[in-house]
Amino acid sequence: MESTDSHVHHEDGHGHHDPGFWRKYVFSTDHKMIGIQYGLTSLLFMLLGFFLIALMRWSIAYPGQPVPVVGYLLHAIMGDMASPVLDPQTRELIGYAISNDLYNSFGAMHGTIMVFLAVVPLAFAAFGNYVVPLQIGAPDMAFPRLNMASYHLFLLGGLIMFASFFIPGGPAQAGWTSYSPLATSIPTDGQFYWLVAMVVIITSSLLGAVNFIATIIQLRAPGMTWMRMPFFCWAQFVTAFLLLLAFPPLEVGALLQLMDNVAGTSFYLPTGLAISTLSDVSGGGSPLLYQHLFWFLGHPEVYVLILPAMGVVSEIIANNTRKPLWGYKSLVYSVLVLGFLSFIVWAHHMYLTGMGTKISTFFQTTTMIISIPSVIILTCLFISLWGGRIRFNTPMLFALAFLPMFGIGGLTGLPLGFNYSDILLHDTYYVIGHFHYVVAPGTIFALIAGIYFWYPKMTGRYMSEFWGRVHFWCSFVFMNLTFQPMFAQGMAGMLRRMADGGVGYSIANNPDAIGGLADRYLQLNVNITLAAYALGISQIPFIINLFYSIKNGKKVESDNPWESTTLDWQTPTPPPHGNFVGPIKVVNGPYEYSVPGAKADYIPQNQKA
Amino acid sequence: MEVPYTDTNRPDTGLYNAKVGIWLFLASEVMLFGALFSAYILLRVGAMPGHWPTGLLDVGPGFVNTLVLILSSVTVVMAWASLKLNDFKKFKFYQGITVICALLFVVIKSFEYKSKFTHHDVILKDGMRVDGHLVEETDEFIVLSHPVSYPAEKGIRERAVAIKEAEHHAHEAGGDHHHEDRKIMLDDIEKRTTWGPWANTYLAIYFTLTGLHALHVIAGALVIAYFWGPGSKMWKTHPEQFANRIEVSGLFWHFVDLVWIFLFPILYLL
Amino acid sequence: MSGHSPEEIKKSIRSYMMVFGVLIVGTIVTVLASFVDFGSSTANIIVALIIATFKASCVALIFMHLNAEKKTIYMTLGFTWFFFLGLMVLTIWASEDKPNYTVAPNDTPAVMAAPSEPAAH
Ligand code: HEM
Ligand SMILES: [Cu+2]
Repeated sequence: MESTDSHVHHEDGHGHHDPGFWRKYVFSTDHKMIGIQYGLTSLLFMLLGFFLIALMRWSIAYPGQPVPVVGYLLHAIMGDMASPVLDPQTRELIGYAISNDLYNSFGAMHGTIMVFLAVVPLAFAAFGNYVVPLQIGAPDMAFPRLNMASYHLFLLGGLIMFASFFIPGGPAQAGWTSYSPLATSIPTDGQFYWLVAMVVIITSSLLGAVNFIATIIQLRAPGMTWMRMPFFCWAQFVTAFLLLLAFPPLEVGALLQLMDNVAGTSFYLPTGLAISTLSDVSGGGSPLLYQHLFWFLGHPEVYVLILPAMGVVSEIIANNTRKPLWGYKSLVYSVLVLGFLSFIVWAHHMYLTGMGTKISTFFQTTTMIISIPSVIILTCLFISLWGGRIRFNTPMLFALAFLPMFGIGGLTGLPLGFNYSDILLHDTYYVIGHFHYVVAPGTIFALIAGIYFWYPKMTGRYMSEFWGRVHFWCSFVFMNLTFQPMFAQGMAGMLRRMADGGVGYSIANNPDAIGGLADRYLQLNVNITLAAYALGISQIPFIINLFYSIKNGKKVESDNPWESTTLDWQTPTPPPHGNFVGPIKVVNGPYEYSVPGAKADYIPQNQKA
Repeated sequence: MEVPYTDTNRPDTGLYNAKVGIWLFLASEVMLFGALFSAYILLRVGAMPGHWPTGLLDVGPGFVNTLVLILSSVTVVMAWASLKLNDFKKFKFYQGITVICALLFVVIKSFEYKSKFTHHDVILKDGMRVDGHLVEETDEFIVLSHPVSYPAEKGIRERAVAIKEAEHHAHEAGGDHHHEDRKIMLDDIEKRTTWGPWANTYLAIYFTLTGLHALHVIAGALVIAYFWGPGSKMWKTHPEQFANRIEVSGLFWHFVDLVWIFLFPILYLL
Repeated sequence: MSGHSPEEIKKSIRSYMMVFGVLIVGTIVTVLASFVDFGSSTANIIVALIIATFKASCVALIFMHLNAEKKTIYMTLGFTWFFFLGLMVLTIWASEDKPNYTVAPNDTPAVMAAPSEPAAH
């Protein structure tokens, strides 16, 4: 027995006999290992991003009050950006609070890290790397070494960003958008780190995008025609194009700002710019140029955040309803149209920059048109549930929750797309509520669903179902308690990016002002903060489950434990280098579930009915 | 299983992987330079009247560099064609010229850069402004050649014209024009800068565009030089794949040339 | 590979040389044209860009073999071209289309002066 076992291993290993620790885990060119590297790194960044917002929420709910315990740590790392708080009577030091500067830094870093270092790499790079080659029946990505380089660049960019926490002055403070001239005038080197890190991360994404597209175009297994490709791969394909063509303008945006910062140019600095005194710059630049370059990526970026999530959800729903996705073709065409249109809607983020009515109308129109394919996709997924024999396992619970949560996120976006309502809602907590419904209970739920779903393929074991359910229900409840009140606060006029959570604008502090914030909205700050902490605690079962189950989870019964049709499950577990044991020939569409007259209720893509 | 279509064409797309890869990469490069061109237009259209110079650069070196890049583009494609005709010697010859052209381009470019960085723009305490090339510098004074002076608030467009004229006159006067040099005491100087990217928006975009382009030239030259030297061993073992690599690196090189074809008129001539 | 037989390569070499000539002549023409006054600077810019586009097309079509490429590549470049135009055109349009009754930097005095000008009566 034993000898045959090791023999088999050697064949699978394909001449890569025991590549050694470094080659196997760090300098791997295997798409699955790279996917896992991306996954773990981005989960760590996500934790960091959450940690930052947890501190910010403290400052919002209890402005000026010392942060328990962590305050001392902050002071040790960030120095006086964590401002000392003295006891009013005894004048003794009682702890450290979050200064406005620190709040700004953390806000900028929360946004940047969550978007560019956590969700995109998890959704696109991690899941894409692990699953896409498997689903299209390819032995690896088209350019394995380029793939490794992408991950290393990503890691480098992330580390540069992370390093900026430890420099004097702290990280960038100008929001994740880094608008000029604000970004150029804040006296911290953090902005320099931010820009360099962004250029590196963008380069990494570009290489990754090239690789994904080339893989999907070139390496589909024989018989895997475009219309037999699982929807997840379509979503990743479009996502890759978004990254490929939308990221370069932001790279230009970052490079020009870098020039402004280090070479003294005035690309974004207008003539006569004065920051307390007249700036000593040549002037002649255009602040709006930056905003255009930023949002030319910025908008497609939100589809980069959401499309892979839709892909994951589609796979899980098809699998757990045991029936084909309803309207596969509509899904595919919708995602293509969505990708296309997402390039011409960007200035809906700029209604307040003094655009004329003609151009506003143009962008408002395209924005409304782009909501159509999103609605089609969501509708198809909802209808797919109809009449299914639904298996309510953990991945499915998360996938199901995605639908209404993304629905809320999407529908609350419409008032932001019309310029006359956006003028009121812009820069309020309504916006924060809107896009967090899209990215947190939307995308992140979908990604968590994906982790529970593909975990058995990666490790050969299930994650605990019980703790999965605990994780789901707690996350679901607290997620909504966190973000739902933000809509109310925003509509009451509470602005975002305020370290004191709006106390400065309260009726109590400005009795004569019109439209001051009523106490009941400020009170919500505390509720939200507590809900956010509970949300954080709810992730603990997940984290433990994730690591504990590697060795101790319930073993899978077969290579295809979910009885799925797609090729990613027609491999050994975990898939060896090269993925498949024999040549693959695809003969079926992606979702042949419950075919009348078939032996089982699913027919894998590579098996004759 | 090995990754397929590294050197053969996939039947339905008719392409090998690297060709798909390079064209995708070039697509992103189109967006990169496209965004920069858009920035150029926006800054130029938005410049205040008289604040966008024309003819600030010497056309001569730019013209020569254009020819150099065109020549290199021809030799790159000839190198590939030579491989296809199984003529390795010719390949070496043509690709060698390519590398030399790339070096020449960078050298000429750096001389151009240098002449801008030594151009001094001096605002005097009496409200006048002097443009000229630094020829001498001590603790007490500086000496500028081809000096041109005018009121400090004069826009860069008119200054550029005046500077051109001064240099023109100097040339006509022959080599001996040192008597025209101007000595300025440091005490009389209000502010002094050089023509780096900080000087004005035009120079900012000029340095950024050409700098980024030069980086592309250098990167492309390194790749081509590698396939000309150590990398060419592959011709013996995998001729088909080697020709593909030459084709792919050539595509990149043509793109770099193509960008320059637009950079030359918009920066030097218009 | 199809299209790459020795005869065809030899034929393409002739077209490479022709393009070489065209590019050199094109460059000279651009420089000369820049000294001619076509009536306005806009006209000069248009002339120069037309020549540059022509040269660039030669490089793209002949040197980069875009005159006979595969559909995949045409589609990719088509979309890229479209998005590039979108970026350029919309950005410039947005910066030109100013809202009514707002102060634009260049005519500050004219617009701002009006209300505070008592001499009007
Ligand atoms: C799940 C837990 C999360 C919570 C409780 C949370 C909370 C918040 C809050 C309260 C703000 C507003 C801060 C302010 O305006 O001062 C904010 C900003 C932001 N968040 Fe989150 N967030 C979470 C996750 C995410 C995720 C997953 C993403 C992205 C994928 C994200 C992206 C952003 C961005 C881009 C901003 C704007 C930053 C800026 O103003 O520049 N957040 N978040
Ligand atoms: Cu948007």
